Amino acid sequence: MRVQVTINGEKHEADVEPRLLLVHLIREVLRLTGTHIGCDTTHCGACTVILDGRPVKSCTVFAVQAHEREIMTVEGLEQNGALHPLQEGFMAEHGLQCGYCTPGMLMTSHAFLAKHPAPSEDEIRHAISGNLCRCTGYVNIVKAVQHAAAKLRETAGAGGAR
Amino acid sequence: MIPAGFEYHAPTSLGEATGLLARLGEDAKVLSGGQSLIPLLKLRLASPRHLVDINRIPGLAYVKEADGTLRIGALAREVDLDESAVVRDRYPLIADATRVIADPIVRNLATVAGNLAHGDPANDHPAVMLALDAEVTATGPAGERRIPISAFFTGPFETALRPDELLTEIRVPAPAPRSGGAYVKLERKVGDFATAAVAAQVTLATDGTCATVGIALTNVGLTPIKATQAEAALRGKRPDEATIKQAAQLAADAAQPDADLRGSVEYKKDMVRVLTARALRKAIERAGGGR
Amino acid sequence: MTLRTSPEVGGMGHSIKRKEDPRFIRGKGTYVDDVVLPGMLYLDIVRSPHAHAKIVKIDATKAMAVPGVLAVITGQDLAKYNLHWMPTLMSDTQMVLPVEKVMYQAQEVAAVLATSRYAAADGAAVVEVEYDPLPAVVDPHKALEPGAPVLRTDKKDKKDNHIWHWEWGDRAATDRAFAEADVTVKEQIYIPRIHVASIETCGCIAHFDKVDGKLTVWMTTQAPHAIRTVFALVAGHVGLAEHKIRIISPDIGGGFGGKVPVYPGYVIAVAASVLTGKPVKWIEDRMENLQADSFARDYHITAELAGKKDGTLTALRIKTLADHGYTDAAANPSKFPAGLFHVCTGSYDLKAAHVEVDGAYTNKPPGGIAYRCSFRVTEAVHTIERMVDIMAHQLGQDPAAFRMKNFIRPEQFPYKSALGWEYDSGNYGGALQKAMDGIGYAELRREQAEKRKRGELMGIGISSFTEIVGAGPSKHFDILGLKMFDSCEIRIHPTGKAIARFGTKSQGQGHETTYAQILAEELGIPAADIQVEEGDTDTAPYGLGTYASRSTPVAGAAAAVASRKIIDKGRKIAAHLLEVAPEDLVYEPGKFSVKGSPNRSKTIQDVAFAAYTNHPQGMEAGLEAVSYYDPPNLTYPFGSYICVVDIDKGTGEVKVRRFLAIDDCGNIINPMIVQGQVHGGLTMGLAPALFEEISYDEFGNVQGGSFIDYLLPTAVETPKWETGHTVTPSPHHPLGAKGVGESATVGAPAAIANAVVDALWHLGVRHVDIPITPPKVWKLLREKGVTE
Repeated sequence: MRVQVTINGEKHEADVEPRLLLVHLIREVLRLTGTHIGCDTTHCGACTVILDGRPVKSCTVFAVQAHEREIMTVEGLEQNGALHPLQEGFMAEHGLQCGYCTPGMLMTSHAFLAKHPAPSEDEIRHAISGNLCRCTGYVNIVKAVQHAAAKLRETAGAGGAR
Repeated sequence: MIPAGFEYHAPTSLGEATGLLARLGEDAKVLSGGQSLIPLLKLRLASPRHLVDINRIPGLAYVKEADGTLRIGALAREVDLDESAVVRDRYPLIADATRVIADPIVRNLATVAGNLAHGDPANDHPAVMLALDAEVTATGPAGERRIPISAFFTGPFETALRPDELLTEIRVPAPAPRSGGAYVKLERKVGDFATAAVAAQVTLATDGTCATVGIALTNVGLTPIKATQAEAALRGKRPDEATIKQAAQLAADAAQPDADLRGSVEYKKDMVRVLTARALRKAIERAGGGR
Repeated sequence: MTLRTSPEVGGMGHSIKRKEDPRFIRGKGTYVDDVVLPGMLYLDIVRSPHAHAKIVKIDATKAMAVPGVLAVITGQDLAKYNLHWMPTLMSDTQMVLPVEKVMYQAQEVAAVLATSRYAAADGAAVVEVEYDPLPAVVDPHKALEPGAPVLRTDKKDKKDNHIWHWEWGDRAATDRAFAEADVTVKEQIYIPRIHVASIETCGCIAHFDKVDGKLTVWMTTQAPHAIRTVFALVAGHVGLAEHKIRIISPDIGGGFGGKVPVYPGYVIAVAASVLTGKPVKWIEDRMENLQADSFARDYHITAELAGKKDGTLTALRIKTLADHGYTDAAANPSKFPAGLFHVCTGSYDLKAAHVEVDGAYTNKPPGGIAYRCSFRVTEAVHTIERMVDIMAHQLGQDPAAFRMKNFIRPEQFPYKSALGWEYDSGNYGGALQKAMDGIGYAELRREQAEKRKRGELMGIGISSFTEIVGAGPSKHFDILGLKMFDSCEIRIHPTGKAIARFGTKSQGQGHETTYAQILAEELGIPAADIQVEEGDTDTAPYGLGTYASRSTPVAGAAAAVASRKIIDKGRKIAAHLLEVAPEDLVYEPGKFSVKGSPNRSKTIQDVAFAAYTNHPQGMEAGLEAVSYYDPPNLTYPFGSYICVVDIDKGTGEVKVRRFLAIDDCGNIINPMIVQGQVHGGLTMGLAPALFEEISYDEFGNVQGGSFIDYLLPTAVETPKWETGHTVTPSPHHPLGAKGVGESATVGAPAAIANAVVDALWHLGVRHVDIPITPPKVWKLLREKGVTE
């Protein structure tokens, strides 16, 4: 079946089997390997991408369902050579170690902060409860999201929105 | 991890969808949120030859109050319930439940209707809708029919839906004044199915007694369970610690759980007792005006 | 620790930002499954539903008819090349693919090779295997009973399921101490099987190039050189010589010990690539990972502690049954089949101790060493910390004061334990005091007393652990004969920048940053100017890899030693440039100055340039060095953790209200990274304490073989960890550093278990095995008449 998706602002077309998982379309057909696979029961969230503005687990969506829809992956966070405050926050606060869960965490946080610009720590922990991490113990991921939230509020306040 | 192959259909109207279901029969499965179905396909626990994706049918994604009922459309996602002010303010039982279904990412796709139609006794909305005395609309090639929720769950992974029908709407009666509800779910961690969970909905009369009571149980039987004896024990009575305790015990007696990695039969039944008391206390507090 | 370098140089003690992060936050890491090679084929594995069964027949007809499927590989195929069995890291043997029978549920039975991932899965789904089930031996106690079915029928003379018996310590002195003791406590402690479950599963791409006869394997491995040598030894007879094998360990999504063993999937992929000349990719699913890869723990422990009535501890006696699965494939140093379990005298000055362990075969997957355990140290620490707590509670003494009284005192270091370990340094009282002050211990005990009057269940648990890492001195440590040194090779370029390669392999620990910081500390070259590489056996110096917290103690030391060799040569070059004698120069990081004339100096960059342009006559050009470091001893990080729990009487849930971890890993390279290691380690201590277990029913069917039931904590279950540190340098390590990666996983479970028992002791509860699940607690409460 023909599938047309817009990923990180670019249109792509592919001919795929209906059963092709969206995560495989992204990783194998389109060669965007920042989105990762970590389980087979929709728990770990390493495959999280943003579909029409909402984070979804791309291992539990068929590529054909994404036809004519918009997707953002981790590769789309950096714009014109400028890192997103979330990316800066994760580096500043040591919010990653092996890096494998990180793209999923970034995508979930990105969509979350768009709706909740001033979250509490508990709200952040709930927001990322669909993303598993084995390395960090989550403490610094929370700090990274708080760091980004503060930065985004600052730029929004100064009139420069993202 | 890789599903078996299937033919994919993406109808753009209800008529087209039900027509497909009528034609394909048992060979077809409906794809709405997909968050229960696709995991089954990936483990090859199900290999339907056809998938009918209803996500492209317009006009099904709504959560609104109209004519004294809350109406939830077939494609309303859990996140839509969570973001609905109406649900948050007037249907706290539903608001509680939606927040403990799976995890926040899955809730962006999972539909309420799917949560009912899948027929899994471990799902959360069935007990919620039983406690609320909801009604569902089934739409088939011949038209619509209403099914009271009490008749909807017929067995594990079985519902009253015919193979050519879609669950298109859920209707919940708007609560009378002095109503409150609560959903209390014991789960081993975020994202798990309930070890046990209890949905409670009460309306208090002006004299402080329970005018109406709905108590239903999640994942402690082959279907969700309406704890009718527990309800009867509270109806017309003043809800104090003694009556709550009695109702909680009756709810536990109504539970028929299986032992599994979440706990023994005795543990789960006792959890029904504990959680029923907690859910009732919270529901009553909310009915009295507290949150 | 005083900082010797500026933030711009970024030596030890600076929390510089990680050099590896820029690629990860952009999604530009290179993990094994990200790599695609032209013509690549895919492997999927058919696995046994039975725990123990004869293989009657494997019918590949349907599978071969699936479009894209090229071959179905079985044990019979590998047997032609004698590749169907291979050695384990403990010199036992394991099957790559079975010929006669399968010995655990989820064991590899056949492998499907196809042109796409999806075709391989379709093929694997329709391979038909006929089995003749055999009785499964699941309980290791039953496995050792006379008359139990003998599992290892492949071993000609094996008549039972007993693998080995190992013991250590002075049995007579220990028995005497117990006989003379005023008080003894005895407890059965079961530490169940768990699995590391790093978010990236295991996998490889094997690529045999038929033209130049070279095998390149991209692999999720923590020990690439050891793997290369093992492959050369195992497959040498089919023409794979070690110089024609290249192992590339790229970015690894978490290891924790689970990526040390050689899994059958790797070997099958290699065989398939050698046969076809095409690259072959094998990436396991999560369920395969949980059900077949190396597990951790599974120790049945009977522990006894003896003491005087005033609470002075005197002796420890332990008997353990180790369930190893169907073969001993634990990744232990070869002399120690029970790893470093005999560090179990812990932080206490015990005069006598004896420990014995028996290994048993069962119908389960093999393994035992993994999950951030430092070779059985978690088992050792859990045991001693539980026993000490039981003794303290039994004597009615405060568990903190009890520990203080029995700690090895600072002046006793270096301390020779009753089981023969020489602890390098420690200040156990200091760490515990800091933890107590930090958490407000006295106030918490007051709160607990108040709550207890009201029937509320609150517990405070302590774990004061001594870790043992940095394997290890060549005198005692080897894996399959390979001594456990590690290496660093540094080359400094003319313009003063450097490249350094190591024999270890980071899987998230931040070596690209921390090693650069060590070198910056020693050489004064900014960490930003030092490129660190690991993981490619064609270029990296030989090493034994990263696990058991050994990188800083061994390879970190090698970095310091290699740096000092460079400084030795650099001194001569600087002397030549300054026209003085080498002994007239004073060195501080990055600069050689003339004694008494500090303005006459040369930087390390000046020296580097001169090494290629103006080196003294008679001296070789260049500025590089390599060190293969043989540590003189292990290092002994330590810490004290205090955990506060509240127990829900209705549901049995244990809520960790607070957890304060004070760790001491000697001199700290990067405080931010060390803290991150502690956070992650604590979370992998919480998980087995409250959530995780892999168990088997009586037929050998696995329970907890997917993330549905194998419960990794999310950010909601994970407490807001509080951390702090003390610094007690290692006297023998060139940098005074000790390693820290596993400390928290080793120390935390006992703190949590001790807190739960502390909450319930007054009800008559003495011990609860981990994982301490709500149903377990509920059962104890109801038995004691406590309910909601």
